[in-house]
Amino acid sequence: MDILTPDTGLFIFQVVAFMLLLFLLGKFAWKPILSGLKEREETIENALQSAEQAKKDMEALNADNAKLLAEARQERDKILKEAMAAANSIKEEAKEETSKITAKMVEDARASIENEKRAALADVRTMVASISLEITEKVLRKELSDKNAQETLVDEYVKDLNLN
Amino acid sequence: MKNSRTNFPNLLIISALIALFSFTNSSNLLAASDSGDEKKEGGDTEFIMHHIADDYQWHIITLGHTHVTIPLPMIIYDHGEFKFFMSSDFYDEHHEPIVHDGFMISHGKLVRAGAGGHGDDHGAEAGHGDVEEAGFLDLSITKNVASLLLSVVIMLVVFFRIAKRYKGEVAAPKGLQSLFEPIIVFIRDDIAKVNIGEDKYQRFMPYLLTLFFFILFNNLLGLTPGAANLTGNIAVTLCLALFTFFITQFNGRKAYWMHILWTPGVPLPLRPVILVVEVIGIFTKPISLTLRLFASITAGHIVVLSIVGLGFILNSMVVGVVGTLFSVVITLIEILVALIQAYVFTLFSSMYIGQAVDDGHH
Repeated sequence: MDILTPDTGLFIFQVVAFMLLLFLLGKFAWKPILSGLKEREETIENALQSAEQAKKDMEALNADNAKLLAEARQERDKILKEAMAAANSIKEEAKEETSKITAKMVEDARASIENEKRAALADVRTMVASISLEITEKVLRKELSDKNAQETLVDEYVKDLNLN
Repeated sequence: MKNSRTNFPNLLIISALIALFSFTNSSNLLAASDSGDEKKEGGDTEFIMHHIADDYQWHIITLGHTHVTIPLPMIIYDHGEFKFFMSSDFYDEHHEPIVHDGFMISHGKLVRAGAGGHGDDHGAEAGHGDVEEAGFLDLSITKNVASLLLSVVIMLVVFFRIAKRYKGEVAAPKGLQSLFEPIIVFIRDDIAKVNIGEDKYQRFMPYLLTLFFFILFNNLLGLTPGAANLTGNIAVTLCLALFTFFITQFNGRKAYWMHILWTPGVPLPLRPVILVVEVIGIFTKPISLTLRLFASITAGHIVVLSIVGLGFILNSMVVGVVGTLFSVVITLIEILVALIQAYVFTLFSSMYIGQAVDDGHH
């Protein structure tokens, strides 16, 4: 059969053409393609890994944030409580102070009123005494103008002395 | 929307090719059956063998009785000197072979014209008896060689263009690259890495890729209308098989040769027998590679042409219509075969190489 006999000319051309193809494609096509593919696969692998890492980091960050938030909330509550307590105590103190001051003022007022009263009473007493003396002098002058009255008075005094 | 717009011209080209394919074949057949009418009643199958075989000119189409052919250059190395002709020099205006410069084309082969034809350009028809073939080397650009060179150019253009996309920045594949990249990755991951080994496969990747795409491109080119039957030619498949053969032998490690020459794990008396079997095995591998590709591609072409030819041979319109439809189905199967054969050849090559480079620790 003719088609089963390899043709020499075609065989030679095939060898030459295939070697040429192998050389040219190997140098200018397969080499860049294979290295490009490898590079891209590595890039994708890296990108996936870093994405995974970023996800993990993000999760950790979120957890941290939640923790921080909880802590902050606690802190806030604590501060609030303390502030409230402080305010209360200040209020209490102020109240106490006020009542003390008020009490003292009342006391002072009372004392000064007492003093005034005493002074006023003393004045009144002095005045009454002097007025009584004057009245007594006037009465005595009038009474003792006659001799009988003088004697009656002395008698009375003596009577009083005896009684004592 | 964008996709359908870009796909539409491609679809158009594919359907045009399929239409052209049936058209070219039918018109060839029409011519064949026309000329065969008077001589053969039983049917003319010569056109099939003519299509399968190589030719000195590229026959595109026959319109009526006009043959549209591209004459191809002929190069003959005769006694230390090169002679250049065009294949049209060897045919007269009626497409009958004539003797030119001491040579003539007889039954699709270039032969030296017999004693009667020496130096006679208008030479009388040399009979089959007085032709001698020896004494010169026929390096003509035949239809197959032209097709081979065309496929080389196509491959260089395609893969250089693709390679450009891999230089520079890392980018997502697009266009032609998207079509070929999965195939390249498949050959790397599922053929080379699996059969040769993770650590040694890189060295053989250029060969395996070139081999796969050379077979694939030429299988598919062979299915286009009017094209040559390159991968269905035994010289081509033999050449490819010999590449695999030599690469395998030159990369054979100690374990490989030990396995052939002194097979471990076999009883001593049997070892010489195994040796003979193994040595035969070295040579049956390239032979099986050669014949598998040659036979499947050639068979595919014969089947398609036979089915198309049935209508003309039986002179029946119905058979012709059914046969043409059926041949379309067969052609689709041929496209599958084109892929499978390229895959199988590459797979077996990588398996043989893998056996050779194996270090022996199973």
